Amino acid sequence: MNGDVLLILIVVLPFVGSVLAATFRPNARNSEAWLAGGVALACLILAAIAYPAIVEHGAIRSESEWLPTLGLNFTLRMDGFAWLFSVLVSGFGFLVVLYARYYMSPHDPVPRFFAFLLAFMGAMLGMVISGNLVLLVIFWELTSIFSFLLIGYWHHNAGARDGARMALTITGIGGLGLLVGVLLIGHIVGSYDLDRVLAAGDQIREHDLYVPALILILLGTLTKSAQFPFHFWLPNAMAAPTPVSAYLHSATMVKAGVFLMARLWPVLSGTPEWFWIVGFAGMASLLVGAFFAIFQHDLKGLLAYSTISHLGLITMLLSLGSPLGAVAAIFHMINHATFKASLFMAAGIIDHETGTRDMRRLGGLFRYMPITATLAMVASAAMAGVPLLNGFLSKEMFFAEAIETHAKSVLDTSAPYVAVLASAFAVTYSLRFIHTVFFGPKPTGLERQPHEPPFWMRFPIQFLVLACLVVGTIPALTVGPFLHTAVISVLGPNTPFYSLAVWHGFTLPLLMSAVALVAGVVLYLLLNGYLNRSEAGPPFIRRLQAQRIFERVLVVLSWKWARSIEARLGTRRLQPQLRLLVVAAFIAALLPISLDDLSLTSLRISEIDAVFVLIWVSGICCAVSAAYQAKYHRLAALILLGGAGLSTCITFAWFSAPDLALTQLLVEIVTTVLLLLGLRWLPKRIEEEGPKTVSLGTRFRRVRDFGIAVAAGGGVGVLAFVAMTSPVPLETVASYYLEKAYVEGGGKNVVNVILVDFRGFDTLGEVSVLAVVALTVFALLRRFRPAADSIAVPDQQRMQNDFDEAEPDRKVGDTIADYLLVPAVIMQWAFPVIIVLATYLFLRGHDLPGGGFVAGIAMAAAFILQYMAAGTRWVEERLRILPVSWIGLGLLLAALTGMGAWLFGYPFLTTYSQYVELPTVGATPLATALLFDLGVLGIVVGATVLMLIALAHQSTRGLRSARVATEAEQEEA
Amino acid sequence: MEPAFAVLVGLFFAVAIYLMLSKHVIRILLGVAIFGNAVNLLIFTSGRVMREVAAIIPEGATTLAGPVANPLPQALILTAIVISFSFFAFLLVLAYRAYQELGTDDTDGMRVAEPEGEPLPPIGY
Repeated sequence: MNGDVLLILIVVLPFVGSVLAATFRPNARNSEAWLAGGVALACLILAAIAYPAIVEHGAIRSESEWLPTLGLNFTLRMDGFAWLFSVLVSGFGFLVVLYARYYMSPHDPVPRFFAFLLAFMGAMLGMVISGNLVLLVIFWELTSIFSFLLIGYWHHNAGARDGARMALTITGIGGLGLLVGVLLIGHIVGSYDLDRVLAAGDQIREHDLYVPALILILLGTLTKSAQFPFHFWLPNAMAAPTPVSAYLHSATMVKAGVFLMARLWPVLSGTPEWFWIVGFAGMASLLVGAFFAIFQHDLKGLLAYSTISHLGLITMLLSLGSPLGAVAAIFHMINHATFKASLFMAAGIIDHETGTRDMRRLGGLFRYMPITATLAMVASAAMAGVPLLNGFLSKEMFFAEAIETHAKSVLDTSAPYVAVLASAFAVTYSLRFIHTVFFGPKPTGLERQPHEPPFWMRFPIQFLVLACLVVGTIPALTVGPFLHTAVISVLGPNTPFYSLAVWHGFTLPLLMSAVALVAGVVLYLLLNGYLNRSEAGPPFIRRLQAQRIFERVLVVLSWKWARSIEARLGTRRLQPQLRLLVVAAFIAALLPISLDDLSLTSLRISEIDAVFVLIWVSGICCAVSAAYQAKYHRLAALILLGGAGLSTCITFAWFSAPDLALTQLLVEIVTTVLLLLGLRWLPKRIEEEGPKTVSLGTRFRRVRDFGIAVAAGGGVGVLAFVAMTSPVPLETVASYYLEKAYVEGGGKNVVNVILVDFRGFDTLGEVSVLAVVALTVFALLRRFRPAADSIAVPDQQRMQNDFDEAEPDRKVGDTIADYLLVPAVIMQWAFPVIIVLATYLFLRGHDLPGGGFVAGIAMAAAFILQYMAAGTRWVEERLRILPVSWIGLGLLLAALTGMGAWLFGYPFLTTYSQYVELPTVGATPLATALLFDLGVLGIVVGATVLMLIALAHQSTRGLRSARVATEAEQEEA
Repeated sequence: MEPAFAVLVGLFFAVAIYLMLSKHVIRILLGVAIFGNAVNLLIFTSGRVMREVAAIIPEGATTLAGPVANPLPQALILTAIVISFSFFAFLLVLAYRAYQELGTDDTDGMRVAEPEGEPLPPIGY
């Protein structure tokens, strides 16, 4: 298989599987497991197929363009090290899926679990085979997000939510740091390509930005690997389902941190900064993790702290900067994954079979589950570093490195002692794990009788423990060649000679191992009694938890400080916010003007036209009086508002913008109708009785608002004046449209051609906004009708009814029924006329003022007139207006027209134009833009009618119930 | 001509902003309606103003010769008219529903989500 396809498949398969997995039934455990296991196995097989090519060529690459202008390519690159991790991630993924099939209860919604697990696996695989650092960071963040979702899988549990949130916060902050660090590296090297970065080690180390970049990248890796002082999220993450813990702690998540440190080891390591930061974090984690692990009562807690400790060991090995250290680190990554996954799975089985993970309640389980117990014991022994198991080998290498002197410093001198001490602790907690759980008296008070798990649930542990044993006894024959491939790809020509033998003779590391073993056993014997009585956590510093400090900081930062800033600066009222906005906009506009002095010298002022000025003066009067009347007389304000709109409309018409004038006019009409419909439902202002007393505060507020408004208006006026009078540049954007409108767009109305052709995509977006607004209005009003008794009959109708009552020969309601009879008839007759007019406006739109939007509004107005003339019920008994379908069909038509261009190999919304000779109509432009415009028409008609009808319907319930009431009265009479 | 037009635009802005700074939703609504006009006129001025030279290619010609109105601001304004109409309609219905639900058109009185003097939520996880 081609290397390209292979790499892409490895990344894509898990995500495809994830989407598929999400669609299964909630209790489909078996089919989910088949799918997820199949995907994991497929990735494993793909990796296996790639192996010969990697051994031969060193690495295989796949490169496709992504954002070439930013230097970002979608580069995948698999060398020996990435291969090793791909195998670990997919192989362990398979085992975890198998285990999870039996671990998850039938009541758990498994599609979500397997979907997240597969996506997490995909993100992890993508991370390890990324050949571009930015791509790597993206996958890195994806692992953070999916691990968040996995840890919080049982989201009904507060512990799971907190643990997930903490994990995301810590690793997310680290991820941000990593991103910036990677950008710095890209800046230094001039490329994000991993190959080029790896070749630029000296350049990076000598650069001024090396230290900041290093610190930021380490922030990412140390948080991910749960290294001190960021270690506390890991124990909290154990609220995840155990298969997830087994996966996160072994081959993925925490390994991502050390993976990246090893990946960038050739370029970043070897400096004092690297040695001190990484070395300190590693050594502290090694010791603190091991020490804390002893004092846990929760099985998974013990394992979680042990993970911190072992990751510390790997980090410390990487800090040394010696090639042998790197070899040992990579080797321990494999070994730790093997025994830790099996131990977590064993802990899960114990939890599953007994109902508890508390070591104080457990005991004597050996007699119930001898096979699981034996397996767990072997795995623990590997964790403790007992000879003939894989943990022993890498620990020996670690000891050998610890006693070497790399740089004279405190860290270096203390390394051997710390190493032995931490190993002794490891022996102690491993021993405790085995002894308290499997030996001693029978457990009492368990919820169920423990027994061996199903064979296939135990199978992953058997497989992994076997691996521990085989690697521990014949390392060179099993893991040797693969380790070598991985090591070569990291170290290249610096690969040292190393031996994977079990027996190196009587050496100092062997003595250290022996001391650690003995000391660990002694320590356990001393502490055993205390441990079973004490609270969880180490003595004396039990209360000092990094997690508590973290939570404190979080609360102070995100709550107390945020609150106090809000209390001081923020406002929860609308007016101050709007005022601030206006003032800010004013200042923002003022700044460039004051910097760049306005030259009012070359002004061209055309002569004044008295009619114009008159229209504008009346427009201004309308606007000002509308503002004044807004307080007292809504209807008058509304009419005046129309006057202001009309003056705008005439302005457009006279200044060579016929399309604008037409549109403005029609929109003004529809706006007025909308307002008229809406005003009925909005509160009436009742004038206050008695002498008006305006408080000083109100008066101040008014003056201030007035000042702001006048200042802003004055500023805009000056701006408009300058804009109008400054000379036109010879070549403007518009020149292009003027030239090409007919030649390329096939239309003579340039404005319309711009809208439906050149900027068709904008128009599509704009009408989509209209559609969304209409649907929102519909949704806001549909389920909501005011209660019938809350609606007062309008004054006018009441007077008409009173009149009917007073006249002996009239029934109540007669006058209303005959109301505006003549106009109503005219409006009904106008319906076909307006429809024809709208069609005309629509058809000529491409060449003359008109178009889909104007035609749509006109058509909507025709419908509204019918509502006004005869009432809602009359119209709806005769006409079936389906505004939502209009909107839907319109959107569909516009989008399909746009996509039609694809069929001919053109970009979205490319138009084709042709004149067609129609009988009686004559030559008609038949551009595909016309179809698009037809879509616009549909949307506009649908949206406008929908909004108006939704508002008009507000009164139907009242009328209907009123009619029912009168009918009932008549029956009674 | 231009100074008069500038005064019109400036005054429309001033009226609209004054209305929008009010507490009452209806006045804000009227303000928004005028604001739409004002902004459209401002955009219009950026294309300069010219009479009787609409950007329509005459019969038989393929391009426009001589001075002609700038079609670009016009196209922008057409879009702006639609958007401001949508915005206005949405605001109107929102004001209506808010009044029905909350019984007030005073924005200071709309305090359901953030009541005045609300106690602090508990601190800590």
